[in-house]
Amino acid sequence: MNFTDISNHLGRFTVGIAGAGGLGSNCALALARSGIGRLVIADFDVIDRSNLNRQFYFADQVGMKKTEALRMNLDRIGSNTRVDAFNIMLNPGNISTIFKDCQIIIEAFDRADMKEMLAETVLTLWPGRPLIMGSGMAGYGMSETLKVRDLGDNLYVCGDEQTEISDDLPPMAPRVGIVASMQANLAIELLMKME
Amino acid sequence: MVITLNNRQEEFDGDSITVQEMLDAKRFTFRMRIVKVNGRFIRKEEYITQVIKDGDEVQMLYLMSGG
Repeated sequence: MNFTDISNHLGRFTVGIAGAGGLGSNCALALARSGIGRLVIADFDVIDRSNLNRQFYFADQVGMKKTEALRMNLDRIGSNTRVDAFNIMLNPGNISTIFKDCQIIIEAFDRADMKEMLAETVLTLWPGRPLIMGSGMAGYGMSETLKVRDLGDNLYVCGDEQTEISDDLPPMAPRVGIVASMQANLAIELLMKME
Repeated sequence: MVITLNNRQEEFDGDSITVQEMLDAKRFTFRMRIVKVNGRFIRKEEYITQVIKDGDEVQMLYLMSGG
C-alpha cells in the first residue's frame, strides 16, 4: 500500500482527542499529516508561555484558546483532515456526546485525575472501543522505557507507566512527543485494520 | 491461588480475594488507577465486592500526571 492508499483509507475515520496540550496537539499533528478524515478535539485551556517547550503552538499564540490555535495550525498543514475543536472542560456528561462518533479515542490530558475520569467514562460507556491512554513521560532520556502496552479489549497505554512530572522531572518536548507519536502510530495501526 | 497480574503470575493465600484486598496485599497505594478483571473494567465502588479467583487475569494501569 502506498501513502495515497493509506491516507485514503484513514480519511474515512474519526478520532477523538481528549486534551490539546503536549500529547494532544502533537498527536493531532501526526494524525492530520497522515490523512485522518476528522479529528474531534476538546480542551478548555489557553496557551501559556510555559507550554511552548513541548506543545504545537507558537509564541504569537500565547493567550489564545488551545482549540482555536490548534485548528489554525492544523489547517496550515494543508491536509484534508476536518478539525472539530470544542473549547470545553470534558466531564462524564459531555464525553458521551462529543466523542460519540469517534472510532478511536485518545486520552491526552496532563492531570492524572482527568486521565482517570476519561478512562472510567469511556470504558463504561463504550466497552471495547479502542482507547489509547498516555501515562509516564516526564524528564528526558530513557527512550527505551517508552512503550505500548495492550491491556486487552482495545485498551492501550503508551509511556513508561512510572515517571510522574515534578519540579525536577518536567515534561519536555522529546519524551512527550515520542508518546504523542506512539499514540498516533497505534491509532493508525488500529484504523488500518478497520473496514 | 495464582492469578495473572499485568501478565505476571502472582500467588495469594486462600481461594479468593477482593480487588481491595489484592491492592492492600500488594501495598498498591497509588490512587489514580484503572483495574480490569478478566477484561471487565472495575469501578472504584466495586473494589470491595469484586472477587478475584484462581486463574483470573487482572490488568492494572497507573495514571501518572504529565502530557
